[in-house]
Amino acid sequence: MPKIQNAQQVIIRFAGDSGDGMQVTGIQFSNTAASLGNDVRTQPDYPAEIRAPIGTLAGVSGFQVNMSSERIHTPGDKIQVLVAMNPAALKTNMQDLEAGGILLINSNAFQEKDLNKAQYTHNPLQDPGMGPYRIFQLPLTDLTLNAVKNIDISHSASKKSKNMFALGIVYWLCDMPLTETLDWISGKFSDTTAQANTAALKAGYHYAETVELFDARYHVPKAKLSKGIYRHVTGNEALALGVVALAQAVGREVFMSGYPITPASSVLHELSHYRDLGIQTFQAEDEIAALCACIGAAYGGHPAISCTSGPGLDLKTEALGLAVMAELPLILIDIQRSGPSTGMPTKSEQTDLLTAIYGRHGESPMPVLAVAKPGECFSLLLQAYEFAVKAMTPVIILSDGNLAMGAEPWLIPSVDSLPNLKKLIEDQSSLWNIPGRENKAFTLGGIEKDLTTGHISYDPDNHHAMTQKRQAKITALSESIPPLEILGATQGKLLVIGWGSTYGSILSAIETIQSPDIGYIHLRHLNPLPNDLFDLVEHYDALFIPELNSGQLSTYLKGKINRPIYEYHKVSGKPFLIDELRQQLESLL
Amino acid sequence: MSKRLTAKDYASDQEVRWCPGCGDYAILNAMRSALAEMALPQKDVVFVSGIGCAGRFPYYMNTYGFHTIHGRAPAVATGLKLMRPELSVWVITGDGDGLSIGGNHLIHLLRRNLDINVLLFNNRIYGLTKGQYSPTSERGKITVSSPEGSSDAPLDPIALALSAGASFVARAMDVDTKNLKDILCAAEQHHGTSFVEIYQNCNIFNDKTFAAFADKPVRNERTLNLQKGKAWSFNENQVLSMDQHFKAQVEEYNEKNEYYLHDPTSLIHAQWLSQQHYPHTPEPMGVLYQVDKPCFGDFQHRKKPHVATQEQLSDLMQGGKTWKVE
Repeated sequence: MPKIQNAQQVIIRFAGDSGDGMQVTGIQFSNTAASLGNDVRTQPDYPAEIRAPIGTLAGVSGFQVNMSSERIHTPGDKIQVLVAMNPAALKTNMQDLEAGGILLINSNAFQEKDLNKAQYTHNPLQDPGMGPYRIFQLPLTDLTLNAVKNIDISHSASKKSKNMFALGIVYWLCDMPLTETLDWISGKFSDTTAQANTAALKAGYHYAETVELFDARYHVPKAKLSKGIYRHVTGNEALALGVVALAQAVGREVFMSGYPITPASSVLHELSHYRDLGIQTFQAEDEIAALCACIGAAYGGHPAISCTSGPGLDLKTEALGLAVMAELPLILIDIQRSGPSTGMPTKSEQTDLLTAIYGRHGESPMPVLAVAKPGECFSLLLQAYEFAVKAMTPVIILSDGNLAMGAEPWLIPSVDSLPNLKKLIEDQSSLWNIPGRENKAFTLGGIEKDLTTGHISYDPDNHHAMTQKRQAKITALSESIPPLEILGATQGKLLVIGWGSTYGSILSAIETIQSPDIGYIHLRHLNPLPNDLFDLVEHYDALFIPELNSGQLSTYLKGKINRPIYEYHKVSGKPFLIDELRQQLESLL
Repeated sequence: MSKRLTAKDYASDQEVRWCPGCGDYAILNAMRSALAEMALPQKDVVFVSGIGCAGRFPYYMNTYGFHTIHGRAPAVATGLKLMRPELSVWVITGDGDGLSIGGNHLIHLLRRNLDINVLLFNNRIYGLTKGQYSPTSERGKITVSSPEGSSDAPLDPIALALSAGASFVARAMDVDTKNLKDILCAAEQHHGTSFVEIYQNCNIFNDKTFAAFADKPVRNERTLNLQKGKAWSFNENQVLSMDQHFKAQVEEYNEKNEYYLHDPTSLIHAQWLSQQHYPHTPEPMGVLYQVDKPCFGDFQHRKKPHVATQEQLSDLMQGGKTWKVE
């Protein structure tokens, strides 16, 4: 029998055609890993096309899982195991497999026509360049058909179970039980489909065991995680949960509007099920209307939230200006994606920061917060609304495609620990004059208003004073920002400053280096900035700001902080690799 | 018992700043009278406007009001009405605001049929920006931005509203305040989106654009006041009818003849009427179309949202696959 070795970490990617069920396979694998007590990070990678032609490069769908016995913060750089269900999946994913890595191939899908679809002129598995990899070519389709042959199910449905056969093999490789997935299958599918999937999963596991497919197996021990009840959440799932929690925190129904846009739509989908939990959703006719309807709902006294991505942010800017002028609290969530224009809708960037902070005509300041990890979408949403009501202002929350679709284990907070915003809202009732109050009838609007009466005013000094007032109330929110958490050195050569979804990569790179000269802070509050930032930066010789843009945070900080700044930029639609950041940091020390 | 509300009770303390002689004054007065007649409490009425001369309307009403941005009032009103269905919500817009920059929001409000009243002040010109041709200006209109005459064909607001699925479509004019007030009341009483086009004279940039049929001495003979269940009769003894080829005919009224009796639930007749204009026929005024249709709000509020209890929230957060770390 092959020996089972303890491994600190296994990074695996399931890749295949869009129709091969790679997403559910990856999710099943990560759920099992999590239930075994591993720390887990996942990252799906979907094509933008809904149904790209079968077998083509455009149609490849992947799901990466990083499981570890240590705390981890990213889905991982290089993968150790690649499951490639067809040549297109091999071609688009091979570059990420580490030397010595395991490559599991469905050889039934490597016929000449399949190779042609992936634009191979010959079988790449025969290339001398494949030498460093441990390649396992198995006829997964045939093996699956054989495993389910006694089940009364169509040929095409039978073939669909091959993802479960592959998963069974991987479960054996990683010494993981089938129980989680078997439970899921029986709850999810009807009789014969459940039977086929069950048979395929078990057959895959037993096949690997019987033929002793791998010369070594891995076991990833439990990680030391904080006690409590966990679930996986993607950023968008956490946002949706946060919106329901907001209704509870405020004691009022929440209005949530959107216009379909990748990668933000799933927040609207999720919340549209929750009318009986206090959520009124509205699919608007366009991005502009989605935010204008929020303004109407906020004017009516309700928490109002819209969720969009880059092109929608552009369209909503005029309405944001109205919300600033009318002093109405609402939240706009921008799930950043690659731009400009349509860009790469399913790929992620951090390129909307300056637009969020400055991108409106006139002087139109508003708070901008940014989420660092998926689960944080929940808590930051509640904090953003607190800011919105405190300053009677719209607030932008920046997330991005990686956070939206990436999942992490989330320690579910107790409902009792959530903030209660009812008192705050009551305190603001004189500033938030909602229709229906006796003898308080008033017209507000986008025209400049008199500082004291609130009526229309074109007075020059008044406009100057109002401009200052609008800025001052945003600036004052810095008092409400929790103290910055410094990871690593509290003084020294280098302070790394990050924001947004790069948190995991930066933290992992710093942990890898373990240098006493590096400190790290990750900003959740971009406007206003935390007050303690300005003193803190003085304790380091220089700053290092890595971003998935061309230097937007560093541009923003250069006007405010007088320290040498090193920058590292990547705008490829891909997250930072831990290793590239490690190299950058080492070159600076 | 509180005292009876009068039109004055709906006037705000703000000085009205429209040009002297503007048709908007008459509309403002008709609105105040209509609200008084219906005795709607000021606190429960909200006027939501866009940009343009009409956009200033809310400031002059002693009710709640929101002067928003260009063309977007229908969208703002939609969010408000969805969350506060008990309010009486009025959208005040113009031909530029509602049909040009805000055309998209207008048609979607109409098709959703929220219980909102839309008043489109049509003066066939951009007034506040000083006299450019608007989406309802006639082809060939000479303005500051069309010195050789506009080459755009005009939109017909009534036809647009009908094809967008509006459930109440009416036309009124500033100079006929009695009928205007009645139509405003009918619009408020209708359940669903009420669309009212109001012919409004801009005496600065487009004076007398409706005068040919709206002026008092000729109004009776050149307009047709539609009344449910009555023939399309006007000018005492004339009647409008549609021949078998759908052509308009005007004839002497003869009590022995059988005439079509105005049925506001007939979409085909409303659409036909929307194409009839002076001088070919009398200009149709009044309620062209009115039907009961499901409202977006009705559908949504079959299950009215109510805030989750702590237990429900906790169940939701712990929903799906969970695991415990000891």
